[in-house]
Amino acid sequence: MRKVITGNHAAAYGAKLSRPGVIAAYPITPQTTVVEYIADFIADGELDCKFIKVESEHSAMSACISAQNTGVRSFTASSAHGLALMHEMLMWAAAARLPIVMVNINRAMGPPWSIWADHQDSIAQRDTGWMQIYCENNQEVLDTTIMSYRVSESSDILMPSMLTEDAFYLSHTVEPVDIPDQELVDEFLPSYEPRYKLDVDEPYGFGSLVMPDNFLEFRYLMAKAYDTAKERIVEVDREFEKTFGRSYGGLVEHYRTEDADYLLVASGTNSSTTREVVDQLRNEGEKVGMARVRVFRPFPVDDVRALAKGVKAIGVIDRTYTYGAFGPFYTEILAALYGQEERPLLKNYLVGIGGRDVRPRDIRDVYKNLVKVSREGLDEEMTWHGLVGPGGDA
Amino acid sequence: MIEIRFHGRGGQGAVIASRLLAEAAFIEGKDVQAFPFFGVERRGAPVTAFTKVDDRPIRVKSMIYEPDYVIVLDTALLEYINVGEGLKDDGRILINAPAAMAAEYKKKLGATVDVVDGTGIALEHGLGSRESPIVNTSMVGAFAKTGVVSIESVAEAVKRQVKRKVEPNIQAARDAFDMVEMEVAE
Amino acid sequence: MTIPFDKLTPTPITYDKEMKLKTGSWRTFKPVIDNEKCIKCFICWKFCPDVSVIVEDEDSFPEINYEYCKGCGICAHECPKDAIDMEKEV
Repeated sequence: MRKVITGNHAAAYGAKLSRPGVIAAYPITPQTTVVEYIADFIADGELDCKFIKVESEHSAMSACISAQNTGVRSFTASSAHGLALMHEMLMWAAAARLPIVMVNINRAMGPPWSIWADHQDSIAQRDTGWMQIYCENNQEVLDTTIMSYRVSESSDILMPSMLTEDAFYLSHTVEPVDIPDQELVDEFLPSYEPRYKLDVDEPYGFGSLVMPDNFLEFRYLMAKAYDTAKERIVEVDREFEKTFGRSYGGLVEHYRTEDADYLLVASGTNSSTTREVVDQLRNEGEKVGMARVRVFRPFPVDDVRALAKGVKAIGVIDRTYTYGAFGPFYTEILAALYGQEERPLLKNYLVGIGGRDVRPRDIRDVYKNLVKVSREGLDEEMTWHGLVGPGGDA
Repeated sequence: MIEIRFHGRGGQGAVIASRLLAEAAFIEGKDVQAFPFFGVERRGAPVTAFTKVDDRPIRVKSMIYEPDYVIVLDTALLEYINVGEGLKDDGRILINAPAAMAAEYKKKLGATVDVVDGTGIALEHGLGSRESPIVNTSMVGAFAKTGVVSIESVAEAVKRQVKRKVEPNIQAARDAFDMVEMEVAE
Repeated sequence: MTIPFDKLTPTPITYDKEMKLKTGSWRTFKPVIDNEKCIKCFICWKFCPDVSVIVEDEDSFPEINYEYCKGCGICAHECPKDAIDMEKEV
């Protein structure tokens, strides 16, 4: 059934179709309506699930961890400062190997106070051990919620997933979204049956101390799980297509990259606008393509290396800046390409920070500048696109 | 792509209007997108909302800067907001106002202006209160006169999206459609 | 001793099927319940941090599981009837 719904509604549908046993969440703009839609589903009897009201996001994640420890699938959603308050428990969930799935609405961190799109909130949780998938449209939000449970709950992975949607550009924007049949989702996503859970008939201690003689081995197991996840995300994406007719390119989606001289790398809704601009530029005879880095953790190092072969220059569009360094996607790509024989020119563009509206002309400006520096040499490693003030490009 | 911008004040239903129009176009097989200006919505504060309609998939995620149509839910906004900003040369502005005001607004805005008494229609059908009439369904009904969507699709969209007073809302949309005088090239 | 990573469970858990770590040997003083004084309030059972006070049913006197009791003395301290004595281990 196709419906015209917001990204937050799509997230709620994705959660509902995945049949979690426990949902615990605390409202925060612009995530609030996710919680409201889920509350409606439960009140209307459409979702058989325990909704745990909590006093903070730290408690929300704690409730999900507890539920998951007893062998129950759980779900939560948050944004920005709420996500930051979860930080400690995010780390716990990952290292306890609990495959929780959450939706984060990407919003800027204050001060100055802002409720608008920016990737700083989830990027700041990069090292918590959660997989991170940046969605481009509402359909992908719904579909990725279901796929994430499949990937996360694999017995050889057991790592939590965080998918993200840009504040307002997806969370509050209605688009046509196909809502899959419950029976198909049930076939695609089996029930959650963890090998180790709190069970009086088979008692174990969870979360206890490990001496220095074994901590390293536990971390190594997580690294291996992440390697497996890289393959599994691609496989599950393909299987999803077989059942539902939609796929998202696995870790990195290539758009018109064949024979491209120039490559724009984008994520989230910026990639949707970039897609349109790539088409315009191709019509004008420009040899340009887009790589949408969909999955940020695990970072698709091999895919990035393969993409860089044969291109003259890569412009990496980031929607946040990491203090004292560069945009986070740029830093990762730069690191992946070091040591490669073919290293195209690389430049970082900060576009749409704090919800600054990103129009096609902004992406065209990025492309024009990339071609220019490719011919004349790099002027600066990172451009604050749209900066107003001395030396700014606006 | 056809781009429509709504100007209203919090509580009049501009955001719902943008979604109703999107739903109506979706019913006709179009790709659609609708969203509010990403501000902090409060009753009485100016609200802007957008609807995009296209035969092709809509991929640009930015706001609307050069609308084909502008719909104004409240004439008080005309005093301090340039509702015609960026309007395409052949664009139209639909204003919630009595028919007698058409010439004055046309002169003021220097654009093609259509008017319909959305407030009168809303009150007649018991939508909102005299202090705070809810004019969204009337205005979207009148907008159907442009031919971007049909009035039948608007009626169906109201059925799908509006939870209370469904029939009065549909009737308001139909009345506004019948009352608005709009010269549209066939 | 380090357990090789391929022998670890992915979920970090601790378990000891034979319950080999019998902490009763850590004890210096052991609690002894005087059933003459005991009123079966089971406050000792409630407070024991090591689940070493065993209550079979409400009509029975509580008993100490000396295989695991570490001799912390909390039960003796909390007993409202001073029915628990801490006796030196020999």
